[in-house]
Amino acid sequence: MRHLLSAGDLDRDQALLILDTAAEMAALSDRSVKKLPTLRGRTVVNLFFEDSTRTRISFELAAKRLSADVINFAAKGSSVSKGESLKDTALTLEAMGADAVVIRHWDSGAPYRLAHADWIGGSVVNAGDGTHEHPTQALLDAYTMRRHLRDGKGALEGVRVAIVGDILHSRVARSNVLLLQTLGAEVTLVAPPTLLPIGMETWPCEVSYDIDSVLPKVDAVMMLRVQQERMQAAYFPTAREYSRLYGLNGDRMRLLPEHAIVLHPGPMNRGMEISAEVADSDRAVMVEQVANGVSVRMAVLYLLLGGAKELSE
Amino acid sequence: MGSARAHDLRTVLSGDDIARASRRIAHEIVEKAKGASDLVLLGIPTRGVTLAHRIGKAISEIEGVDVPVGALDITLYRDDLRLRPTRALEETSIPDVGIDGKIVVLVDDVLFSGRTIRAALDALNDVGRPAAVRLAVLVDRGHRELPIRPDYVGKNIPTSPTEKVRVRLSEIDDMDLVEISAGGEE
Repeated sequence: MRHLLSAGDLDRDQALLILDTAAEMAALSDRSVKKLPTLRGRTVVNLFFEDSTRTRISFELAAKRLSADVINFAAKGSSVSKGESLKDTALTLEAMGADAVVIRHWDSGAPYRLAHADWIGGSVVNAGDGTHEHPTQALLDAYTMRRHLRDGKGALEGVRVAIVGDILHSRVARSNVLLLQTLGAEVTLVAPPTLLPIGMETWPCEVSYDIDSVLPKVDAVMMLRVQQERMQAAYFPTAREYSRLYGLNGDRMRLLPEHAIVLHPGPMNRGMEISAEVADSDRAVMVEQVANGVSVRMAVLYLLLGGAKELSE
Repeated sequence: MGSARAHDLRTVLSGDDIARASRRIAHEIVEKAKGASDLVLLGIPTRGVTLAHRIGKAISEIEGVDVPVGALDITLYRDDLRLRPTRALEETSIPDVGIDGKIVVLVDDVLFSGRTIRAALDALNDVGRPAAVRLAVLVDRGHRELPIRPDYVGKNIPTSPTEKVRVRLSEIDDMDLVEISAGGEE
Protein backbone atom coordinates (compact mmCIF):
# COMPACT_ATOMS: atom_id res chain seq x y z
CA MET A 1 0.00 0.00 0.00
CA ARG A 2 1.62 3.24 -1.09
CA HIS A 3 -1.29 5.69 -1.10
CA LEU A 4 -4.68 5.87 0.61
CA LEU A 5 -7.00 7.46 -1.91
CA SER A 6 -10.28 5.59 -1.63
CA ALA A 7 -11.87 3.33 0.96
CA GLY A 8 -12.77 1.16 -2.03
CA ASP A 9 -9.09 0.41 -2.70
CA LEU A 10 -8.79 -1.47 0.58
CA ASP A 11 -9.43 -5.18 0.59
CA ARG A 12 -10.70 -6.85 3.73
CA ASP A 13 -7.25 -7.83 5.01
CA GLN A 14 -5.83 -4.34 4.49
CA ALA A 15 -8.81 -2.73 6.22
CA LEU A 16 -8.49 -5.10 9.18
CA LEU A 17 -4.74 -4.50 9.35
CA ILE A 18 -5.39 -0.76 9.66
CA LEU A 19 -8.04 -1.29 12.35
CA ASP A 20 -5.84 -3.72 14.32
CA THR A 21 -2.87 -1.37 14.07
CA ALA A 22 -5.08 1.50 15.23
CA ALA A 23 -6.08 -0.54 18.29
CA GLU A 24 -2.43 -0.88 19.28
CA MET A 25 -1.87 2.83 18.64
CA ALA A 26 -4.86 3.63 20.87
CA ALA A 27 -3.32 1.65 23.72
CA LEU A 28 -0.22 3.84 23.47
CA SER A 29 -2.21 7.02 24.00
CA ASP A 30 -2.88 5.95 27.60
CA ARG A 31 0.82 6.23 28.39
CA SER A 32 2.53 9.11 30.11
CA VAL A 33 4.82 9.64 27.11
CA LYS A 34 2.48 9.69 24.11
CA LYS A 35 5.19 9.65 21.52
CA LEU A 36 6.84 7.01 19.39
CA PRO A 37 10.14 7.34 17.52
CA THR A 38 8.85 5.40 14.52
CA LEU A 39 8.68 8.13 11.85
CA ARG A 40 11.59 10.21 13.06
CA GLY A 41 13.15 12.11 10.18
CA ARG A 42 10.12 11.75 7.92
CA THR A 43 8.17 14.77 6.76
CA VAL A 44 4.39 14.85 6.48
CA VAL A 45 2.77 17.79 4.68
CA ASN A 46 -0.83 18.67 5.45
CA LEU A 47 -1.97 20.24 2.19
CA PHE A 48 -5.38 21.70 2.91
CA PHE A 49 -7.14 23.56 0.13
CA GLU A 50 -10.40 23.55 2.03
CA ASP A 51 -11.18 24.67 5.56
CA SER A 52 -10.98 21.90 8.09
CA THR A 53 -9.96 22.10 11.67
CA ARG A 54 -10.61 18.68 13.12
CA THR A 55 -9.24 16.58 10.26
CA ARG A 56 -6.13 18.70 9.98
CA ILE A 57 -5.31 18.71 13.67
CA SER A 58 -6.11 15.01 13.86
CA PHE A 59 -3.57 14.25 11.11
CA GLU A 60 -1.12 16.69 12.65
CA LEU A 61 -1.37 15.05 16.06
CA ALA A 62 -1.11 11.57 14.53
CA ALA A 63 2.06 12.49 12.64
CA LYS A 64 3.59 14.22 15.65
CA ARG A 65 2.90 11.26 17.93
CA LEU A 66 4.95 9.17 15.52
CA SER A 67 7.74 11.81 15.61
CA ALA A 68 7.34 12.89 11.99
CA ASP A 69 7.98 16.52 11.09
CA VAL A 70 4.73 18.20 10.12
CA ILE A 71 4.24 21.09 7.77
CA ASN A 72 0.80 22.66 7.50
CA PHE A 73 0.12 24.13 4.11
CA ALA A 74 -3.23 25.93 3.99
CA ALA A 75 -4.41 27.28 0.67
CA LYS A 76 -5.70 30.49 2.19
CA GLY A 77 -2.97 33.10 2.41
CA SER A 78 -0.56 30.90 0.46
CA SER A 79 0.75 30.78 -3.06
CA VAL A 80 -2.46 29.00 -4.07
CA SER A 81 -4.48 32.15 -3.49
CA LYS A 82 -1.97 33.83 -5.79
CA GLY A 83 -2.92 31.42 -8.56
CA GLU A 84 -0.46 28.55 -8.22
CA SER A 85 -1.57 25.27 -9.77
CA LEU A 86 -1.76 21.96 -7.93
CA LYS A 87 1.16 20.74 -10.01
CA ASP A 88 3.47 23.58 -9.02
CA THR A 89 2.47 23.25 -5.38
CA ALA A 90 3.24 19.54 -5.59
CA LEU A 91 6.62 20.13 -7.22
CA THR A 92 7.48 22.59 -4.47
CA LEU A 93 6.60 20.06 -1.77
CA GLU A 94 8.59 17.37 -3.57
CA ALA A 95 11.61 19.67 -3.69
CA MET A 96 11.29 20.12 0.06
CA GLY A 97 11.40 16.35 0.54
CA ALA A 98 7.88 15.49 1.68
CA ASP A 99 7.53 11.78 2.45
CA ALA A 100 3.74 11.98 2.61
CA VAL A 101 1.18 14.52 1.51
CA VAL A 102 -2.15 14.57 3.31
CA ILE A 103 -4.45 16.41 0.96
CA ARG A 104 -7.90 17.94 1.42
CA HIS A 105 -9.20 19.49 -1.78
CA TRP A 106 -12.50 20.94 -2.95
CA ASP A 107 -12.21 19.05 -6.26
CA SER A 108 -13.15 15.37 -6.36
CA GLY A 109 -10.18 13.43 -7.68
CA ALA A 110 -7.43 15.89 -6.74
CA PRO A 111 -5.65 13.32 -4.50
CA TYR A 112 -5.80 10.76 -7.31
CA ARG A 113 -4.24 13.27 -9.69
CA LEU A 114 -1.54 14.09 -7.15
CA ALA A 115 -0.75 10.40 -6.60
CA HIS A 116 -0.66 9.35 -10.24
CA ALA A 117 0.77 12.35 -12.08
CA ASP A 118 4.37 11.53 -11.14
CA TRP A 119 4.88 14.94 -9.54
CA ILE A 120 5.85 13.59 -6.15
CA GLY A 121 7.60 10.47 -4.93
CA GLY A 122 5.94 10.21 -1.52
CA SER A 123 2.67 8.75 -0.33
CA VAL A 124 -0.63 10.55 -0.79
CA VAL A 125 -3.40 10.34 1.80
CA ASN A 126 -6.84 11.55 0.83
CA ALA A 127 -8.21 13.67 3.68
CA GLY A 128 -11.41 14.48 1.81
CA ASP A 129 -11.83 15.44 -1.84
CA GLY A 130 -14.89 17.37 -2.98
CA THR A 131 -17.98 15.17 -2.77
CA HIS A 132 -15.96 12.05 -3.52
CA GLU A 133 -14.26 10.30 -0.59
CA HIS A 134 -12.88 10.64 2.91
CA PRO A 135 -11.34 7.22 3.63
CA THR A 136 -9.82 7.90 7.07
CA GLN A 137 -13.22 9.06 8.32
CA ALA A 138 -14.75 5.76 7.18
CA LEU A 139 -11.93 3.88 8.90
CA LEU A 140 -12.45 5.68 12.20
CA ASP A 141 -16.21 5.11 11.95
CA ALA A 142 -15.63 1.40 11.34
CA TYR A 143 -13.15 1.33 14.22
CA THR A 144 -15.70 2.97 16.53
CA MET A 145 -18.48 0.58 15.48
CA ARG A 146 -16.19 -2.42 15.90
CA ARG A 147 -15.29 -1.32 19.44
CA HIS A 148 -18.92 -0.94 20.50
CA LEU A 149 -20.59 -3.70 18.53
CA ARG A 150 -17.94 -6.36 17.99
CA ASP A 151 -15.75 -6.04 21.09
CA GLY A 152 -12.93 -4.47 19.07
CA LYS A 153 -12.17 -7.58 17.05
CA GLY A 154 -12.64 -8.91 13.54
CA ALA A 155 -14.79 -7.40 10.84
CA LEU A 156 -18.36 -6.08 10.92
CA GLU A 157 -20.25 -9.06 9.50
CA GLY A 158 -23.98 -8.60 9.96
CA VAL A 159 -23.76 -5.17 11.55
CA ARG A 160 -26.61 -3.02 10.24
CA VAL A 161 -25.81 0.64 9.70
CA ALA A 162 -28.08 3.50 8.65
CA ILE A 163 -26.48 6.58 7.13
CA VAL A 164 -28.91 9.48 7.24
CA GLY A 165 -28.87 12.84 5.54
CA ASP A 166 -27.11 14.60 2.71
CA ILE A 167 -25.78 11.58 0.82
CA LEU A 168 -25.48 13.59 -2.40
CA HIS A 169 -22.71 15.86 -1.16
CA SER A 170 -21.21 13.48 1.36
CA ARG A 171 -17.76 12.03 0.84
CA VAL A 172 -18.16 10.45 4.27
CA ALA A 173 -21.16 8.44 3.07
CA ARG A 174 -19.35 7.24 -0.07
CA SER A 175 -16.28 6.08 1.80
CA ASN A 176 -18.40 4.46 4.50
CA VAL A 177 -20.57 2.54 2.04
CA LEU A 178 -17.46 1.13 0.34
CA LEU A 179 -15.59 0.23 3.51
CA LEU A 180 -18.60 -1.15 5.40
CA GLN A 181 -19.42 -3.34 2.42
CA THR A 182 -15.84 -4.67 2.43
CA LEU A 183 -16.12 -5.42 6.15
CA GLY A 184 -19.41 -7.26 5.74
CA ALA A 185 -21.84 -4.72 7.22
CA GLU A 186 -25.26 -3.99 5.75
CA VAL A 187 -25.83 -0.34 4.95
CA THR A 188 -29.08 1.54 4.46
CA LEU A 189 -28.95 5.10 3.21
CA VAL A 190 -31.78 7.33 4.37
CA ALA A 191 -32.39 10.68 2.71
CA PRO A 192 -34.94 12.71 0.80
CA PRO A 193 -34.80 11.84 -2.93
CA THR A 194 -33.29 15.24 -3.72
CA LEU A 195 -30.25 14.48 -1.56
CA LEU A 196 -29.47 11.11 -3.15
CA PRO A 197 -27.03 10.92 -6.05
CA ILE A 198 -27.93 9.61 -9.50
CA GLY A 199 -26.76 6.06 -10.22
CA MET A 200 -27.32 4.78 -6.69
CA GLU A 201 -28.62 1.43 -7.99
CA THR A 202 -25.02 0.29 -8.40
CA TRP A 203 -24.08 1.08 -4.79
CA PRO A 204 -23.85 -1.95 -2.51
CA CYS A 205 -26.58 -0.76 -0.12
CA GLU A 206 -30.29 -0.26 0.48
CA VAL A 207 -32.05 3.08 0.18
CA SER A 208 -35.00 4.35 2.19
CA TYR A 209 -36.90 7.62 2.44
CA ASP A 210 -38.42 6.79 5.81
CA ILE A 211 -36.13 7.07 8.82
CA ASP A 212 -38.72 5.82 11.34
CA SER A 213 -39.03 2.43 9.64
CA VAL A 214 -35.25 1.99 9.45
CA LEU A 215 -34.15 2.93 12.97
CA PRO A 216 -35.63 -0.06 14.87
CA LYS A 217 -33.57 -2.42 12.67
CA VAL A 218 -30.07 -0.97 12.93
CA ASP A 219 -27.06 -1.35 15.25
CA ALA A 220 -25.59 2.04 14.40
CA VAL A 221 -26.94 5.23 12.89
CA MET A 222 -24.68 7.79 11.33
CA MET A 223 -26.10 11.30 11.00
CA LEU A 224 -24.57 13.47 8.28
CA ARG A 225 -24.24 17.20 8.47
CA VAL A 226 -26.45 19.23 6.16
CA GLN A 227 -23.76 20.93 4.13
CA GLN A 228 -25.13 24.42 3.66
CA GLU A 229 -21.97 25.50 1.87
CA ARG A 230 -22.51 22.96 -0.91
CA MET A 231 -26.21 23.69 -1.39
CA GLN A 232 -26.64 26.20 -4.16
CA ALA A 233 -30.04 24.81 -5.12
CA ALA A 234 -33.13 24.16 -3.02
CA TYR A 235 -32.89 20.52 -1.96
CA PHE A 236 -35.65 20.73 0.62
CA PRO A 237 -38.34 23.34 1.39
CA THR A 238 -37.16 24.53 4.80
CA ALA A 239 -34.61 23.58 7.39
CA ARG A 240 -37.42 22.91 9.85
CA GLU A 241 -39.11 20.49 7.51
CA TYR A 242 -35.84 18.64 6.94
CA SER A 243 -35.23 18.47 10.65
CA ARG A 244 -38.75 17.15 11.29
CA LEU A 245 -38.54 14.45 8.60
CA TYR A 246 -34.88 13.38 8.80
CA GLY A 247 -33.43 14.82 12.00
CA LEU A 248 -32.56 12.52 14.91
CA ASN A 249 -34.37 13.68 18.03
CA GLY A 250 -34.95 12.03 21.38
CA ASP A 251 -38.19 10.26 20.33
CA ARG A 252 -36.55 8.79 17.24
CA MET A 253 -33.49 7.74 19.22
CA ARG A 254 -35.78 5.65 21.43
CA LEU A 255 -36.82 3.67 18.33
CA LEU A 256 -33.28 2.30 18.13
CA PRO A 257 -32.46 -1.08 19.70
CA GLU A 258 -30.97 -0.89 23.20
CA HIS A 259 -27.36 -1.45 22.09
CA ALA A 260 -27.36 0.85 19.05
CA ILE A 261 -24.95 3.77 18.85
CA VAL A 262 -25.20 7.19 17.20
CA LEU A 263 -22.31 8.53 15.11
CA HIS A 264 -21.71 11.89 13.48
CA PRO A 265 -18.60 12.90 11.53
CA GLY A 266 -18.82 16.45 12.87
CA PRO A 267 -19.12 19.33 12.96
CA MET A 268 -22.74 18.95 14.15
CA ASN A 269 -25.57 21.34 13.52
CA ARG A 270 -27.49 20.91 16.76
CA GLY A 271 -31.20 21.31 16.15
CA MET A 272 -30.83 20.52 12.46
CA GLU A 273 -29.85 16.91 11.74
CA ILE A 274 -29.36 16.01 15.40
CA SER A 275 -31.06 17.34 18.55
CA ALA A 276 -29.12 18.39 21.62
CA GLU A 277 -30.75 15.59 23.59
CA VAL A 278 -29.30 12.98 21.22
CA ALA A 279 -25.94 14.69 20.87
CA ASP A 280 -25.50 14.71 24.65
CA SER A 281 -26.90 11.23 25.29
CA ASP A 282 -24.67 8.33 26.24
CA ARG A 283 -25.42 6.60 22.94
CA ALA A 284 -23.67 9.36 21.04
CA VAL A 285 -20.03 8.43 20.42
CA MET A 286 -18.86 11.64 18.71
CA VAL A 287 -16.16 12.48 21.24
CA GLU A 288 -14.82 8.96 20.99
CA GLN A 289 -14.82 9.21 17.20
CA VAL A 290 -12.42 12.14 17.48
CA ALA A 291 -10.02 10.17 19.71
CA ASN A 292 -10.28 7.13 17.45
CA GLY A 293 -9.53 9.36 14.47
CA VAL A 294 -6.06 10.07 15.83
CA SER A 295 -5.36 6.35 16.37
CA VAL A 296 -6.60 5.41 12.90
CA ARG A 297 -4.53 8.14 11.25
CA MET A 298 -1.46 7.04 13.20
CA ALA A 299 -2.06 3.54 11.87
CA VAL A 300 -2.40 4.78 8.29
CA LEU A 301 0.74 6.91 8.47
CA TYR A 302 2.70 4.06 10.05
CA LEU A 303 1.57 1.54 7.46
CA LEU A 304 2.33 3.92 4.57
CA LEU A 305 5.61 5.34 5.84
CA GLY A 306 6.91 2.91 8.45
CA GLY A 307 8.65 0.45 6.19
CA ALA A 308 11.01 0.51 3.26
CA LYS A 309 9.88 2.70 0.40
CA GLU A 310 7.98 0.79 -2.25
CA LEU A 311 9.69 1.62 -5.48
CA SER A 312 6.93 0.63 -7.81
CA GLU A 313 3.22 0.27 -7.41
CA MET B 1 13.68 -26.58 0.81
CA GLY B 2 12.27 -27.85 4.08
CA SER B 3 11.88 -31.55 3.31
CA ALA B 4 15.16 -31.94 1.44
CA ARG B 5 17.00 -30.26 4.26
CA ALA B 6 15.19 -31.95 7.09
CA HIS B 7 18.31 -33.91 8.09
CA ASP B 8 20.06 -30.60 8.77
CA LEU B 9 17.71 -29.92 11.69
CA ARG B 10 19.37 -30.45 15.03
CA THR B 11 17.39 -30.54 18.25
CA VAL B 12 19.20 -28.61 20.98
CA LEU B 13 16.50 -28.43 23.66
CA SER B 14 13.74 -30.95 24.21
CA GLY B 15 10.39 -30.20 25.82
CA ASP B 16 11.72 -31.39 29.20
CA ASP B 17 14.83 -29.24 28.80
CA ILE B 18 12.67 -26.19 28.16
CA ALA B 19 10.50 -26.92 31.21
CA ARG B 20 13.55 -27.35 33.45
CA ALA B 21 15.22 -24.21 32.08
CA SER B 22 12.11 -22.06 32.66
CA ARG B 23 11.75 -23.39 36.19
CA ARG B 24 15.40 -22.66 36.94
CA ILE B 25 15.07 -19.15 35.52
CA ALA B 26 12.01 -18.60 37.74
CA HIS B 27 14.06 -19.61 40.79
CA GLU B 28 16.96 -17.37 39.80
CA ILE B 29 14.68 -14.38 39.25
CA VAL B 30 13.11 -14.78 42.69
CA GLU B 31 16.50 -15.31 44.32
CA LYS B 32 18.01 -12.19 42.81
CA ALA B 33 14.90 -10.05 43.49
CA LYS B 34 14.65 -11.44 47.05
CA GLY B 35 11.02 -12.37 46.60
CA ALA B 36 8.35 -11.72 44.02
CA SER B 37 6.65 -8.62 45.41
CA ASP B 38 8.11 -6.00 43.05
CA LEU B 39 8.42 -8.17 39.96
CA VAL B 40 6.77 -7.48 36.60
CA LEU B 41 7.44 -9.86 33.71
CA LEU B 42 7.18 -8.45 30.19
CA GLY B 43 7.42 -10.84 27.26
CA ILE B 44 8.46 -9.74 23.80
CA PRO B 45 5.99 -11.08 21.20
CA THR B 46 5.37 -13.67 20.13
CA ARG B 47 7.13 -16.50 21.97
CA GLY B 48 8.64 -14.27 24.62
CA VAL B 49 5.11 -13.61 25.88
CA THR B 50 4.38 -17.32 26.14
CA LEU B 51 7.64 -17.88 28.03
CA ALA B 52 6.89 -14.93 30.34
CA HIS B 53 3.55 -16.51 31.27
CA ARG B 54 5.23 -19.86 31.96
CA ILE B 55 7.92 -18.27 34.12
CA GLY B 56 5.29 -16.16 35.87
CA LYS B 57 3.31 -19.30 36.69
CA ALA B 58 6.43 -21.01 38.02
CA ILE B 59 7.22 -18.02 40.25
CA SER B 60 3.66 -18.05 41.59
CA GLU B 61 4.09 -21.70 42.51
CA ILE B 62 7.41 -21.00 44.24
CA GLU B 63 6.40 -17.87 46.11
CA GLY B 64 2.65 -18.29 46.40
CA VAL B 65 1.90 -14.83 44.97
CA ASP B 66 0.72 -13.85 41.51
CA VAL B 67 3.30 -12.06 39.40
CA PRO B 68 1.98 -9.50 36.88
CA VAL B 69 2.80 -10.64 33.34
CA GLY B 70 2.44 -8.47 30.24
CA ALA B 71 3.57 -8.08 26.66
CA LEU B 72 5.78 -5.41 25.13
CA ASP B 73 5.77 -5.06 21.35
CA ILE B 74 8.91 -3.37 20.10
CA THR B 75 8.03 -3.03 16.41
CA LEU B 76 7.62 0.74 16.55
CA TYR B 77 11.06 1.08 18.16
CA ARG B 78 13.04 -1.13 15.78
CA ASP B 79 16.13 0.29 14.09
CA ASP B 80 15.57 -1.65 10.86
CA LEU B 81 12.03 -0.48 10.05
CA ARG B 82 13.14 1.19 6.86
CA LEU B 83 15.03 -1.82 5.59
CA ARG B 84 11.94 -3.99 5.21
CA PRO B 85 8.30 -3.68 4.23
CA THR B 86 6.01 -2.36 6.95
CA ARG B 87 5.49 -4.85 9.76
CA ALA B 88 2.18 -5.52 11.45
CA LEU B 89 2.11 -4.60 15.14
CA GLU B 90 1.85 -7.16 17.93
CA GLU B 91 -0.02 -6.71 21.16
CA THR B 92 1.35 -4.57 23.97
CA SER B 93 -0.28 -5.00 27.36
CA ILE B 94 1.27 -3.43 30.41
CA PRO B 95 -0.11 -4.86 33.68
CA ASP B 96 -2.31 -2.47 35.65
CA VAL B 97 0.28 -2.08 38.41
CA GLY B 98 2.50 -0.32 35.87
CA ILE B 99 6.28 -0.54 35.84
CA ASP B 100 7.29 2.51 37.89
CA GLY B 101 9.59 1.44 40.71
CA LYS B 102 9.22 -2.25 39.77
CA ILE B 103 11.81 -4.81 38.82
CA VAL B 104 10.98 -5.48 35.18
CA VAL B 105 12.17 -8.75 33.70
CA LEU B 106 12.14 -8.75 29.91
CA VAL B 107 11.58 -12.22 28.51
CA ASP B 108 12.47 -13.31 24.97
CA ASP B 109 13.01 -16.64 23.29
CA VAL B 110 16.31 -16.08 21.49
CA LEU B 111 19.02 -13.49 22.16
CA PHE B 112 21.03 -12.77 19.00
CA SER B 113 22.20 -9.31 17.91
CA GLY B 114 20.70 -7.59 20.97
CA ARG B 115 18.87 -5.06 18.80
CA THR B 116 15.46 -6.28 19.90
CA ILE B 117 16.43 -5.71 23.52
CA ARG B 118 17.78 -2.25 22.69
CA ALA B 119 14.37 -1.44 21.17
CA ALA B 120 12.62 -2.92 24.21
CA LEU B 121 14.65 -0.68 26.54
CA ASP B 122 13.60 2.34 24.47
CA ALA B 123 9.97 1.24 24.62
CA LEU B 124 10.17 0.75 28.40
CA ASN B 125 11.50 4.26 28.72
CA ASP B 126 8.24 5.59 27.28
CA VAL B 127 6.09 3.44 29.56
CA GLY B 128 7.63 4.37 32.88
CA ARG B 129 10.69 4.23 35.10
CA PRO B 130 11.39 0.79 36.53
CA ALA B 131 13.71 0.36 39.53
CA ALA B 132 15.68 -2.17 37.49
CA VAL B 133 15.41 -3.96 34.17
CA ARG B 134 16.63 -7.53 33.76
CA LEU B 135 16.73 -9.88 30.84
CA ALA B 136 15.74 -13.54 30.65
CA VAL B 137 16.14 -15.56 27.44
CA LEU B 138 15.59 -19.21 26.67
CA VAL B 139 18.48 -19.37 24.20
CA ASP B 140 21.56 -17.19 23.91
CA ARG B 141 23.10 -17.88 20.53
CA GLY B 142 25.80 -15.21 20.63
CA HIS B 143 26.80 -12.75 17.87
CA ARG B 144 25.92 -9.62 19.82
CA GLU B 145 26.05 -6.33 17.91
CA LEU B 146 25.36 -4.17 20.95
CA PRO B 147 26.69 -4.15 24.52
CA ILE B 148 23.80 -6.13 25.95
CA ARG B 149 23.96 -9.27 28.09
CA PRO B 150 21.28 -11.49 29.59
CA ASP B 151 20.81 -12.00 33.35
CA TYR B 152 19.10 -15.38 33.05
CA VAL B 153 19.81 -17.86 30.26
CA GLY B 154 18.08 -21.16 29.58
CA LYS B 155 20.96 -22.42 27.48
CA ASN B 156 23.97 -20.94 25.74
CA ILE B 157 24.13 -22.38 22.25
CA PRO B 158 27.10 -21.51 20.08
CA THR B 159 25.93 -20.99 16.51
CA SER B 160 27.29 -19.75 13.24
CA PRO B 161 25.71 -16.46 12.14
CA THR B 162 23.98 -18.10 9.18
CA GLU B 163 22.31 -20.84 11.19
CA LYS B 164 18.69 -20.43 12.23
CA VAL B 165 17.44 -21.10 15.73
CA ARG B 166 13.82 -22.08 15.86
CA VAL B 167 11.93 -22.11 19.15
CA ARG B 168 8.63 -23.97 19.22
CA LEU B 169 6.27 -23.70 22.17
CA SER B 170 3.19 -25.84 22.60
CA GLU B 171 0.80 -22.90 23.13
CA ILE B 172 1.64 -21.70 19.59
CA ASP B 173 3.28 -24.59 17.75
CA ASP B 174 1.75 -27.71 19.38
CA MET B 175 5.10 -28.86 20.79
CA ASP B 176 8.03 -27.71 22.90
CA LEU B 177 11.30 -27.85 21.02
CA VAL B 178 14.36 -25.78 20.11
CA GLU B 179 16.14 -26.75 16.92
CA ILE B 180 18.91 -25.36 14.78
CA SER B 181 18.92 -25.55 11.01
CA ALA B 182 21.85 -24.86 8.73
CA GLY B 183 21.73 -21.43 7.17
CA GLY B 184 21.97 -20.43 3.58
CA GLU B 185 18.38 -21.25 2.73
CA GLU B 186 15.93 -18.74 1.24
